Amino acid sequence: MKQVVDLQQIRIKRDTREPVLEGLPVLFGDMDKNALEEAVRIKEKHGAKVTVLSVGSAKLKETVLEALAMGADEACIVVDPACEGSDTAALALILVEAIKKIGSHDLILVGEGSADDYSGQIGSRLAEILDAPQITFVRQLTVEGNIVTAVRDMEDALQVVRAAPPLVISVTSEINKPRRAPLTQILRASRKPLNLWTLKDLGIAADRVGFTSSGIQVVSNVAPEQERKGVIFEGAVDEAVGKLVDALRKEGVLQ
Amino acid sequence: MSSGILVSSESDAGAYELLTKGRSLAKQLNLEILALTVGKRNDKEIQSYFEYGAQRVLAIPSIDSATLDAETYAYALSEIAKENGPDIVLITSTKLGKETAGRAAQRLQAGCITDGIGIGTKGSDLVVDRYALGGNTISSQIVKTKKKVISIMPRTFEAEPEPVAGKVEAIDLKILPKRVEVIERRKKVGESVSIESAENLVCVGQGISKKEDLGMVNELCAALNAELGCTRALSSDYHWISEDRMVGISGKRCKPKLHISIGVSGQIQHTVGIMTSKLIVAINKDKEAPIYKIADYGIVGDLYQVVPKLTEKIKNSSR
Repeated sequence: MKQVVDLQQIRIKRDTREPVLEGLPVLFGDMDKNALEEAVRIKEKHGAKVTVLSVGSAKLKETVLEALAMGADEACIVVDPACEGSDTAALALILVEAIKKIGSHDLILVGEGSADDYSGQIGSRLAEILDAPQITFVRQLTVEGNIVTAVRDMEDALQVVRAAPPLVISVTSEINKPRRAPLTQILRASRKPLNLWTLKDLGIAADRVGFTSSGIQVVSNVAPEQERKGVIFEGAVDEAVGKLVDALRKEGVLQ
Repeated sequence: MSSGILVSSESDAGAYELLTKGRSLAKQLNLEILALTVGKRNDKEIQSYFEYGAQRVLAIPSIDSATLDAETYAYALSEIAKENGPDIVLITSTKLGKETAGRAAQRLQAGCITDGIGIGTKGSDLVVDRYALGGNTISSQIVKTKKKVISIMPRTFEAEPEPVAGKVEAIDLKILPKRVEVIERRKKVGESVSIESAENLVCVGQGISKKEDLGMVNELCAALNAELGCTRALSSDYHWISEDRMVGISGKRCKPKLHISIGVSGQIQHTVGIMTSKLIVAINKDKEAPIYKIADYGIVGDLYQVVPKLTEKIKNSSR
């Protein structure tokens, strides 16, 4: 799961069009929660151990409590200042080392994209490094014995596919509605095992990750220029609609 | 050996778009431009790639294009692009393309950017634009690794022919057995509409309180000769409208001349899909709704009063 700033609360500086990220609350992305919810449902149905894995800032220690409260049994978080600025290749490397440290697994569930970047690379990179089959864009998942059957959501078609674990699976937001963690579980969450790892614990040299190792250099990151007119009509409906239609006709979008 | 740009897409139309942009990048960076096509292709189909400037077409007949999967696709791309092969791989960011991009990048130890919405050069660097922070910003990024894998959103570039006399090379690639078995493929239930190319688009959101009320919106669409679009909740959660009409980061990206947004609060995940509309009109009862920040015109009011009135006025004015 990836910890992101609350994207709804981002303000844009008027002069530079840069986003203001300082002081924003952090949370897990929606599709990350879909992935966790699906894991918990599989556990409830078939029995399994659900481990949440995340790389992020020191705030993860609190963010991850929600995931534990939603039903994960254990959390492993990688918190190391050297991870900051890592590209997806470095993040995949960190995650793979952490996955090895956790031990065996049957399914690795991820969201089809993170809430902030939505690049969708992590699942693919994990599958390549682990040499595991991957099922992407899953909107329905069934586990029977040692066979996973999934409905994949492609552009204009659905695909029903089948494969045996170990597998990497990316889910879409249609797959389920993540539960809200009940208060009793939130209180209990802090008593569940929480493993805090640094790069050293994973045997990764600091220069293999972070800004300096990144294959991607961000040149600029600003809000798109929106030269919108912002003419708002209020008051009596008849009058407002009349003014709008006049304006649209002048713009040449109405005959 | 000089390096090149390798272009590939699930569809020929997608390949022509990327070839059009790719050949201008190739000129700027002094690179060769190649295209990959898989499956059984006839001469005419392969020739069409030369029409769009491909200097070399690599054909892999042993891959079945109808059942192409990301693992095979990434394997093929990386086998071609590895070592002295082309350094830049440019593919279309369809779902298959996006999954493939990450896999191919990992195989090539390449930097990767998916869902590109623009691409250009800065000196000898390749700069790609993509949405970031959930669509709040556009991030321009340079790929610094030697090998680069970029996937570009469909229909980002307009295909324009520029014929060259190119060569065809058949590649004999041993295909790996598939590890995920496809049991069934079925078309989505929908109307197969293409709202991306609509001149006029009306989008509805959760301000609409029940499915029956869509009738009123459909009347407005009819009066405007507009297509209907919607936010994610109305298709994915309520199933009132088919998914091929969903607009936003996980749906369609549209650029109509006139966009009318009805009962849409304007969350960034949706507005990313309408950002490039020429004119945006918002109708919402909440004056503080974020949709007004990107609107050219707006009416603050009850959509149940405004929409029928608007339909009536438009009908009268076009008479």
